[in-house]
Amino acid sequence: MTAFILRRLVQSVIVMLTVALVAFALFRFVGDPIASMVGQETTLAERAELRAALGLDDPFLVQFWNFVARAATGDFGISYRLQQPVMELILSRLPATLELALVSGILAFVFGVGFGVYTALRRGGWASSTIMTVSLIGVSLPTFLIGVLLIWVFAVELQWLPSFGRGETVYIGDWWRTGLLTESGRASLILPAITLGLYQMTLIMRLVRAEMLEVLRTDYIKFARARGLSNRAVNFGHALKNTLVPVITITGLQMGSIIAFSIITETVFQWPGVGALFINSVRFVDVPVMAAYLMLIALVFVVINLIVDLLYYAVDPRLRVDRANARH
Amino acid sequence: MFMKSYKPNARAGLMTGIAVAALTISGVMASAETVRWARVADALTLDPHSQNEGPTHTLNHHIYETLVGRAVDGSLTPSLATEWGISEDDENVWVFTIREGVTFHDGSPMTAEDVVFSLDRARTPPSGMAALHAAVEEVTAVDATTVHVRMSGPAPLYVQNLTNTFIMSKAWAEANGVETAPNFAAGEEAYSVRNANGTGPYVLVERDPEVRTVLQAFDGHWNDAPAVTEIIYTPISEAATRVAALLSGEVDIVQDVPVQDIARLEQTEGVRVVRGPENRNIFFSYDMSSETLASSDADDNPFTKPEVREAMALAIDRNAIRQVVMRGESQPSAAPLPPFVNGWTEEMDAFGDPDLARAAELMAEAGYPNGFSVQLDCPNDRYLNDESICQALVGMLARIDIRVDLNAQTRSLHFPLIENWETDFYLLGWGVPTFDSQYVFDFLVHTREGSYGSFNGSRYSNPDLDAKIQSLATMTDLEERDAMIAEIWDEVMEERIFLNVHNQVLAYAMRDNINLDVHPENQPKMTTVTFD
Repeated sequence: MTAFILRRLVQSVIVMLTVALVAFALFRFVGDPIASMVGQETTLAERAELRAALGLDDPFLVQFWNFVARAATGDFGISYRLQQPVMELILSRLPATLELALVSGILAFVFGVGFGVYTALRRGGWASSTIMTVSLIGVSLPTFLIGVLLIWVFAVELQWLPSFGRGETVYIGDWWRTGLLTESGRASLILPAITLGLYQMTLIMRLVRAEMLEVLRTDYIKFARARGLSNRAVNFGHALKNTLVPVITITGLQMGSIIAFSIITETVFQWPGVGALFINSVRFVDVPVMAAYLMLIALVFVVINLIVDLLYYAVDPRLRVDRANARH
Repeated sequence: MFMKSYKPNARAGLMTGIAVAALTISGVMASAETVRWARVADALTLDPHSQNEGPTHTLNHHIYETLVGRAVDGSLTPSLATEWGISEDDENVWVFTIREGVTFHDGSPMTAEDVVFSLDRARTPPSGMAALHAAVEEVTAVDATTVHVRMSGPAPLYVQNLTNTFIMSKAWAEANGVETAPNFAAGEEAYSVRNANGTGPYVLVERDPEVRTVLQAFDGHWNDAPAVTEIIYTPISEAATRVAALLSGEVDIVQDVPVQDIARLEQTEGVRVVRGPENRNIFFSYDMSSETLASSDADDNPFTKPEVREAMALAIDRNAIRQVVMRGESQPSAAPLPPFVNGWTEEMDAFGDPDLARAAELMAEAGYPNGFSVQLDCPNDRYLNDESICQALVGMLARIDIRVDLNAQTRSLHFPLIENWETDFYLLGWGVPTFDSQYVFDFLVHTREGSYGSFNGSRYSNPDLDAKIQSLATMTDLEERDAMIAEIWDEVMEERIFLNVHNQVLAYAMRDNINLDVHPENQPKMTTVTFD
């Protein structure tokens, strides 16, 4: 077990380094940060000086090595754009993104499973057909458009919910700012959470529905019904339970994408999270922030995959047996 | 039941109602009025000298003050300096009379020493303002209310460079370790990035970068109390969200209104749109000096031929660009100079109708009866509809057989092309913060050397013209100087160094009880807001 974890950790570090390397190779195509950093009066000589001082002239392998060496000590540098330390900047924005991702993940899971079960059990009913049709919209419309549509209906026309921002926030501890404890914070969360979670919800819903239909056809369900078990016990005790294993796996893995895809939602709703920070940094060619953000996202995926692998290892005895046999 | 009824504008609407009532009853300014102000980007920093950038200056103008201000008509107004002028004894010295009775937000009085300190800080690298003060040799406080600025030579227009150079407290800067502007290479955040102590009409209450900045009217300000007593400043980067926030009543003033939304907003009840010319021209320019063009199939460089440049000027349909691309929101013109800038004349802005027949003749005369191909480099996120303007030009030039290959990309990729002379044909926008033609000549016309010609992507080089441009800097007789400016413009227009498109127009949208004029440098000041 320890060897397995160690091996996975080493692999994770290699993945992180690869991500950093690819990122740095790409940064050269994003453009020149100097153009955004200085006023138009700055002479070419001064521009060149600043570029040299920031090490932007160095070959990218040198830049990469400097970055890795400093990152290893926890120093991600200072933002070109906001002149704040990058780590502090990202940590101050992270709670907003995590709260949004968590709430939309929960919404997606609860409604996804609920609608999935319902549409599987009431196949052909008008409500099921409606849900299935609407879910098609959820899959096919781009997040951006859904966000703008929701703003238009609920903020401009009905004026029920705010169109942008995070509302009032309060601190929990030293640095975690939450919007969950204030009324305007919770109201501000609703539209972005729906926007971000809609795609995942449809995905989960369709998965649950397909799995349910599959399971409902199996022999043990027929036998359960033959034994005279109540519908409730059959549908939820036997059928749903057996569909949930792949659903939980998918949901877990999707959490990573929810955090990564929050970029668009955060931009549309002016949500002050790391995704919006990243987009603004790309526009400005704020290399230190871009690098740190990509490392963070890589870390999120690596950690989630590591946890999933460990869970499989713990849950699935075949993995352990196979490994034991392989050694012979 | 997760959709709780939430009316973001209910309270604000009530407040406005109360304020309007108070106005009509007492006839004086309302006692408390909050303005929620949204624009596309936040100030990068609150440090007064670190960045020479529009949104940064715009916000800082509310917290800090400059020696001289810029009114909406482009003229200079007294601010922390009550009088200014060139010394009668020495034409190299500017004399500023400092306003008395001004206090900083922390209660300390502003002195001539603070002015000296601030000007020195602004002209010392890594300050972003240093280039504007490059000709300054020494700043001294002669007495409590007089500051002398000694220049390296006569500099009759230096005062024009001061409209964005803020005055800060020397004691405060020293106490917080920010005696110089923050440096990117420093590796840590300077205190002045998120804290401020100015003399301005508003005090910083809350600063949450890219989320919210709250300012409150400063009780101890030397000038009349503004109608707006509280400012809540929110950047909203997405255009659709910004407009929606105004329509839903969550913000009161939207500064960067997308061109395509102006007409609709004007028809919306309760919303007012004001517009005015911006101090920024949009033009094309081309490599006028290389032997051959990298991106062209021509054997030589067609742009070196005056006939080709004239043919292009005859092929561009500026009014069509205004109608179709800008939806009427631009001022077509032939000269790359906004109308309020010194040196502008109506004649240089005038242009005739497109004449394709004549243009084709000229192309044939120049030796390109079958045209030529070239790549046009264009930014797609810098100016209003920049990429669409380029696309329109591609179609217009195709009619005289110039086959243009459009390369539109982000600003951080586009501008280095001009800087490194890697483009044959490009779009550029240019504002004139000094409101004088010399600024255009220095950066766009003069041969590239030293601090001159950094945006001269045309590689145009004319020693005669260079000498004339350099002489402008030290000419103290303004009439003689204006004549020289006119002479230089004649030559620049004759040579067709620029294929100008239009002057950009700005639009602000706001609640219809708010009055705010468009500022030519896109720096609206909430102190100028009045309420109906």
